[in-house]
Amino acid sequence: MTYILIFISAVFINNVVLSQILGICPFLGVSKKIDTAIGMGISVTFVIAIATLVTFLLMQYILIPFNLQFMQTISFILVIAALVQMVEIILKKVSPSLYQSLGVFLPLITTNCAVLGVAILVTKHDIYKESLLQSMVYAISTAIGFALALIIFAGIREHLNIANIPKAFKGMPVALIIAGILAMIFMGFTGIVKIN
Amino acid sequence: MEKLKSSFKNMLLSLALISIVVACLLAVVYKMTEEPIKQAEKQRKENAIKEVVPDFNNNPAEEKFEVEISDGSKLTVFPAKYDNKLVGIAVETNTLKGFSGEIRIMAGFDVDGTIKNYYVLKHAETPGLGAKMQKWFSDPSKPDQNVINRKWNNNINVKKDGGDIDAITAATITSRAFVDALNRAYEAYLKVIQNDSEKQESAK
Amino acid sequence: MSKNLNILTNGIIKENPVLVLLLGMCPTLGTTSSAINGFGMGIATTFVLICSNLVISLLKNFIPDKVRIPAFIIIIASFVTVVEMIMQAYMPPLYESLGLFIPLIVVNCIVLGRAEAFASKNTPLSSTLDGIGMGAGFTLALTVLGAIREFFGTGKIFDFTVYPEDYGLTTFVLAPGAFIVLGFLIVIVNKLKTTKN
Repeated sequence: MTYILIFISAVFINNVVLSQILGICPFLGVSKKIDTAIGMGISVTFVIAIATLVTFLLMQYILIPFNLQFMQTISFILVIAALVQMVEIILKKVSPSLYQSLGVFLPLITTNCAVLGVAILVTKHDIYKESLLQSMVYAISTAIGFALALIIFAGIREHLNIANIPKAFKGMPVALIIAGILAMIFMGFTGIVKIN
Repeated sequence: MEKLKSSFKNMLLSLALISIVVACLLAVVYKMTEEPIKQAEKQRKENAIKEVVPDFNNNPAEEKFEVEISDGSKLTVFPAKYDNKLVGIAVETNTLKGFSGEIRIMAGFDVDGTIKNYYVLKHAETPGLGAKMQKWFSDPSKPDQNVINRKWNNNINVKKDGGDIDAITAATITSRAFVDALNRAYEAYLKVIQNDSEKQESAK
Repeated sequence: MSKNLNILTNGIIKENPVLVLLLGMCPTLGTTSSAINGFGMGIATTFVLICSNLVISLLKNFIPDKVRIPAFIIIIASFVTVVEMIMQAYMPPLYESLGLFIPLIVVNCIVLGRAEAFASKNTPLSSTLDGIGMGAGFTLALTVLGAIREFFGTGKIFDFTVYPEDYGLTTFVLAPGAFIVLGFLIVIVNKLKTTKN
């Protein structure tokens, strides 16, 4: 039951993009077509899951025992950068077509603050920092929330292309305003479940 | 100077050197700021204690002790004394019932059980809604929501739960959590007062 | 001299990182619930930008091309950690309210972007000036955005009450307000650009 609550809370209530405002760059940059949005969503989910696992163990078994918490930011970002490289190499081998469509955005996952954000949040959270399993459920749910927001947003933006909007609003501004309205919609989930 | 070539040796050397220098730099800054960070934390607590209890001339932070309450958790209690006589008690209380995570409050009581004041130490509630709790429950012009100078009457609860305190508009969960934290503090307060009066009895 | 001045003002108006280049959106949206928070975030980022630009331009010949990105990231991350510790020690209230977004300066595209696009190719002096200019532009945009959100959301600007808080629209302080206000700010900048031409 706890895990279901964590899932609902991370996907809908505390949606990483629309409520916590993390990972905005890919959210705005890779959301022009649904296909690429799905690809991006999957690769981010994959990276967040592994990154959280590795950084959790790194924190528990190296940084805390040796009293090196101040190295947290540096070591985490290096782990994430290395992981992204790895995913890139694997993807190139396994699915060249997906690799081509994600192209330039894959290296950008390194600077996706959702990845580093989730890794740090887990180490700071009162409950998750104790349990690897809960942390993993939280991390994966957050990533799914990211993918969900990205895909919904891409769907809307595909329709925007044919809409007639004032010139000054074209491109980023109208996308931001729609993201704002989406965020308002997600505020409606507030309070459906509460988790400590 | 020529740009270094990307040979394996050069890459390894330059990355290793940068990492070592950076690690040393961070270690130095960490040592330098370690003490001020602790000081700032201590200062914050001491200021909070000063806010919430009547005038005192001892050092409550040094005389602090822990009290176990009925659910098994421990709260830290700071006794405020004036010329060695107990004048008030500050309790660092918390609750996990907040809307987003833990809420920590320093609650201050008079010796006769009146809530003197409170100070929100830590919270992650929604800005503009739950985050209003520092002002909301201490507004003397709105007696229905004010808890300051209330004599404890077992009815410190939000109206929805049968109490007599107006919850923050659109932030009932936060209000409930706030009240919960206060109730926990009061429980600790009662234990301290009972112990204290027993001590005085036996001293006579 | 005029070249240096150009570098300095470039980031503030013509290539404002937030309003024109549209970089660094996460801190822009996440920390601007009030003017003072936006300003604090801007200053912290500016510090990191200046230091990393300076150090990277000094070391640019020492870092082999193939490992430049990891090297940049290490340098940036170390300055971010320094900022984090200093803030925690001397500005605890600001540290608390910016929270997670301080370590996230590491992944702010502006910092890495300027390191790669400018500092790795230019002299220490112009790189420092570029850091100052870009940082100032970033700080300006964040402060303005924060002030607008604070004004409509809570009726205050820089904690100074303009009208009673009860009439504020809380949405402005929450996530939706961030997106919408930034959207309209960019519309205004676009409009100004087209009328100028």
